[in-house]
Amino acid sequence: MSDTPQVVQDERVKRISPFRRALIRPELGGIVGTVAVFVFFGLFAYDSGMFNSQGVMNWSVVSAQFMIIAVGACLLMIAGEFDLSVGSMIGFAGMMIAIFGVTMGWPIWIAILVTFALCLGIGALNGFIVVRTGLPSFIVTLAFLFILRGFTIFLPQVIERKTIIGGIGEAAEGDWLAALFGGKILGGLFRWLGEIGAIETFSRGTRQGEPVVDGIPMLIVWALGLVLVGQILLTRTRFGNWIFAAGGDAESARNSGVPVNRVKILMFMFSAFCATVFATSQVMEFGSAGADRGLLKEFEAIIAVVIGGALLTGGYGSVIGAALGALIFGVVQQGLFFAGVESSLFRVFLGVILLFAVILNTYIRRIITGER
Amino acid sequence: MKMMKGLLLAAGAALMGAAAAQAEGERYVLVSHAPDSDSWWNTIKNSIALAGEQMNVEVEYRNPPTGDLADMARIIEQAAASGPDGIITTIADYDVLSGPIRSAVDSGVDVVIMNTGTPEQTRELGALMYVGQPEYDAGLAAGQRAKDDGITNFLCVNHTIQQPSLGERCQGFADGLGVELGNQMIDAGQDPAEIKNRVMAYLNANPDTEAVLTLGPVSADPTIQALEENGMAGDIYFGTFDLGENIVQAIKDGIINWGIDQQPFLQGYLPVVILTNYHRYGVLPGNNINSGPGFITAEALDKVEEFAGEYR
Repeated sequence: MSDTPQVVQDERVKRISPFRRALIRPELGGIVGTVAVFVFFGLFAYDSGMFNSQGVMNWSVVSAQFMIIAVGACLLMIAGEFDLSVGSMIGFAGMMIAIFGVTMGWPIWIAILVTFALCLGIGALNGFIVVRTGLPSFIVTLAFLFILRGFTIFLPQVIERKTIIGGIGEAAEGDWLAALFGGKILGGLFRWLGEIGAIETFSRGTRQGEPVVDGIPMLIVWALGLVLVGQILLTRTRFGNWIFAAGGDAESARNSGVPVNRVKILMFMFSAFCATVFATSQVMEFGSAGADRGLLKEFEAIIAVVIGGALLTGGYGSVIGAALGALIFGVVQQGLFFAGVESSLFRVFLGVILLFAVILNTYIRRIITGER
Repeated sequence: MKMMKGLLLAAGAALMGAAAAQAEGERYVLVSHAPDSDSWWNTIKNSIALAGEQMNVEVEYRNPPTGDLADMARIIEQAAASGPDGIITTIADYDVLSGPIRSAVDSGVDVVIMNTGTPEQTRELGALMYVGQPEYDAGLAAGQRAKDDGITNFLCVNHTIQQPSLGERCQGFADGLGVELGNQMIDAGQDPAEIKNRVMAYLNANPDTEAVLTLGPVSADPTIQALEENGMAGDIYFGTFDLGENIVQAIKDGIINWGIDQQPFLQGYLPVVILTNYHRYGVLPGNNINSGPGFITAEALDKVEEFAGEYR
């Protein structure tokens, strides 16, 4: 930095100190929050099992779930739109996989691919309606929240006369694509860790001697992969700039040649994609699809994104921030249990933490950027 | 050699168990499948709190806020990770919950199944026992009771015919009476007006029907109306499953002879007591426990009304 010769003095480019630049990153709130949350639970729940291998896996999986839908919600929010149909989409996608794969007996990989195509189509429809009618995405996707949930309850009742379809585990046995969602990796490493006593092993039953945590679920791999892809897309590509522009000021973006409509529709599709990844992983792990899956997940995604420093009005935010927001949310949600908080108070804490995070974010940003 | 080792281990475990028996304050977690909005489970919440107080153990109640069973699976995993002495839970969906419950059992946590599930599933998962109301047995007990009262045929008003567990109640009742179920069970549907009309139509066509069995407030309330309208109220033998405001009133008025209560209180209270005694003294009942059927008649109503919503 110091050796940059200032040959051309461009009046539009102002020098910003590295310290200040670090502060105005949208991730800052997320980083501070993550540290704070871990310190808090380290103090209050250290010996409660939260930080043994099972406990760590538990909040990691929950955080990874939030992360998957938060990445989609984050990019969409930066592009200036909301998707309230995420939770219903999760239930719908899972149910479609079950109907295709179990009731209709298709090979699971075909069921998964068809479901992805269907859900991406619905995402595109969401986006298309929003850009065509100019209605707020809040309303359009709220409609799809009800429509998709309705179908998720209606279809299995008509076809199988029940609201839970099981038997996916058996149907997915040995399926290559199913393993990509419901499988686990690094099993050998964990077995070895169990053998040398680094992690606990089952003390009885048919799995006696096997480690209590027997691998990294693909869910976590997907979460990290999506965060990475999202971050690169947003910060290192031209398309990423378009996303910011579309959300910051759609009109001026359009005037400078950004295909705003295309960007927004693609982001709705990406949000649907993330929801379907979530649903597929869940269905493959648990082996059944239920009409009640995914309730309220859309708000959890938005909460994670906002904790992570994105602006509800669009044009500002970061995928890494959203991922940290998801981590905070997951750790807090599971951690409150380990800390022994009465479960009916959980929502109170959640609300307080959300409020606190957002106030902190806004406050920091205002001081630093001088905006009012 | 291997056996020796096993014996030694067992002895060691027994010693440790004995040491643990001295300390009170065991910790038990009940994980239900009910969303926050389901008030029926409040009884269970109260009952485990009472049991915890009486046995001097720590009890916690957990549930998925929206009733999402996948969230429930995570809560069970989490409860297991927190290292409690025991977990009390339901098998609301075998596919989703069997994995987490089995993992909990295998990692050394004792599990009792309550409310939803079957004795077979309980055994399969390695849980200690099941506390609940098996539908068939409840129907059977009701049928035997009716037989003692001199009943030889009946009408079963089934409002959710697609749900197999409700049908089992009727089947059990028929077997308790010692008669064929045949077409004494009618598909009444969910709509109150339809239920009422179907019951009246059936009783018109079969005037020698001696008893009516309804399977819950949904079918009981319109049936009460139907009987009041055709003048059979108080005359025909009438039993019902589950309780509700109108049912309680009808029992009081002498229209309904008895209501079957699955006694949720016991489904929460007993597992805590059983687990505590198992961990302190190593005693365990040899069989599953039926929390119901408890029969509610006009004489027992004051207790029901007094504790409605709290323990009943």
